[in-house]
Amino acid sequence: MTSSTVATAVDGGLRPIRLRLALTLVGYGTLALLACVLAPLVGSTSISLSRVFDRSIPFADNVDAQIFFLARLPRVLAGATVGAMLASAGVVLQALLRNPLATPFTLGVSSGAALGAVLAITGGATAGLGPLSPVPLSSLAVACLVSAIIYALASRPGRPMSTNVLLLAGVTLNAFISALILLVQYFADFAETYRMLRWLMGDLDVGGFLPIVTVLPLFVVACVLFATLPSSLNLLSVGTETATTRGVSVARTQRLAFVSTALATSAAVTVAGPIGFVGIVVPHLVRLMTGVDHRIVLPASALFGAAFLVGCDLVARTVLAPVELPVGVVTAIIGGPFFLWLLVRRA
Amino acid sequence: MVLHLQHVSFEYVAENGFSIRDVSLTVERGSLTGLLGPNGCGKTTLLKLMAGVLRPGQGTITFAGGVLDDIPRRALARHIAVVPQETHPAFDYRVIEMVLMGRHPHLGPFALEGPGDLAIAHDALRATGTAHLASRSYMSLSGGEKQRVVIASALAQQPDVLLLDEPTASLDLAYQLEVAALLARLNHERGVTIVVATHDLNLAASICRTLVLVRGGRVLAQGATETVLNGDTIRQLYDVDADVRFHDRSGHLTVVPIGRIP
Repeated sequence: MTSSTVATAVDGGLRPIRLRLALTLVGYGTLALLACVLAPLVGSTSISLSRVFDRSIPFADNVDAQIFFLARLPRVLAGATVGAMLASAGVVLQALLRNPLATPFTLGVSSGAALGAVLAITGGATAGLGPLSPVPLSSLAVACLVSAIIYALASRPGRPMSTNVLLLAGVTLNAFISALILLVQYFADFAETYRMLRWLMGDLDVGGFLPIVTVLPLFVVACVLFATLPSSLNLLSVGTETATTRGVSVARTQRLAFVSTALATSAAVTVAGPIGFVGIVVPHLVRLMTGVDHRIVLPASALFGAAFLVGCDLVARTVLAPVELPVGVVTAIIGGPFFLWLLVRRA
Repeated sequence: MVLHLQHVSFEYVAENGFSIRDVSLTVERGSLTGLLGPNGCGKTTLLKLMAGVLRPGQGTITFAGGVLDDIPRRALARHIAVVPQETHPAFDYRVIEMVLMGRHPHLGPFALEGPGDLAIAHDALRATGTAHLASRSYMSLSGGEKQRVVIASALAQQPDVLLLDEPTASLDLAYQLEVAALLARLNHERGVTIVVATHDLNLAASICRTLVLVRGGRVLAQGATETVLNGDTIRQLYDVDADVRFHDRSGHLTVVPIGRIP
């Protein structure tokens, strides 16, 4: 190998992957960190950072510290984790299904979570499990059940999953579960219906750190699984047979991709309700900036997704202050036109 | 002997009856073998069986003395590469990224390609005459350019065996000749064992030293090109009357189809 050969290869294509990955982690990591640091300082009520960390004032008397630590910081952390999970799940599903328009909600897992939530609300469930209160518990349980059903439908013994069945089963279950949700709403009273609607709009006002800590193990497992996938996703997105002949265990990669996205989506929806469009807007924006290599796109989307949702929530909290909008409305207002633009661009 | 199929049969469960029936054939090391046969005769299925993408229902396939199914997927990909008839990525990768994917079996689970891998990828691009396309988006290329890039990606695997499924099917005459010359060069200069499934009898006659004729999932004939390729075998294979003659200027057999036999 000559130095000119390497130089031509680098010049003719892209910077070496190691450099690109390092730049991605530093650049998008800084963006996510800045969003998480700055967002708690901004809101409908002005707070003083020096007062927040002033230990001479008892916490019970320090309104600024209470706003910062009890209201805004958990909300920002919830936004960052949910944004990272939904964006990552979007990237993985788009490669798994070889469909750039797939979202974490395509498989019906979020609809399952929504059904679980509305059932818990209308049923007046009071029994939780450990730190999980009834609504998130029911939401998580039904999301897992729906994931298991779709997995069973698409699995074929000893062979790769059928991505067509995966996609069609997801779309069908989405429609079916949406009908069930309407049925439950039809029999609910006004107060329950209001609670359901608010939950279905997606909201990051989690009211403390406990909801995030509770689903943290699911996020961690999903992240570990995500980390094993990127180079295989590159090949999977080229085609399952190409992936096979390049040394990818397709069936195993598909299983890991499905399980990781199901876990990430279930946990994210359990924490914040179904916040739409993050899983499609973020991966495509990142691809426009970084190219399409999943070894770059996946970590970049996770970090950018965190910053994006924290930013959207900041808009939701401040644009009509003191009234707060559900963050799902903000992401939908941004994401809807973006999705249409994407469809037209692809056509 | 590199690849050896012994009494191999295969059936697609979900489809109606199409199968490979009791096929035995040997691909010698350093050979350039053509798989010929009409549409649906099982050429692509045979290639998939040789690549380990499909598992035989009956019989065994061995590679370099070991049973193909027992060789781990990543290890097998370091020895056998496949060029499909068409490649449609879901995302718009650059050419250099497509070629570097060929390095996947040589990298560890979390490893990223280094300068050595880049040099191999660039070498593969040069070998296929596509080095000037390295920074282009794959989707913006012409059919011929795409096919050569996919061949470059397969070469980046540094395989001992290259399996190609109708590599000239969508190419114009100039690109057909270019791909044919490339395969002959890879076989001659780099010692890559090549199996190519094709409908192009003249391409097969020009570069393949060995032919395997397949019809209805069975091997009709196999052997040296000069022995196997004649009017009788073409009639049996395609129900077509054809003249097969040695062409002085090209230096190989040529096939001129005359007409379909009723």
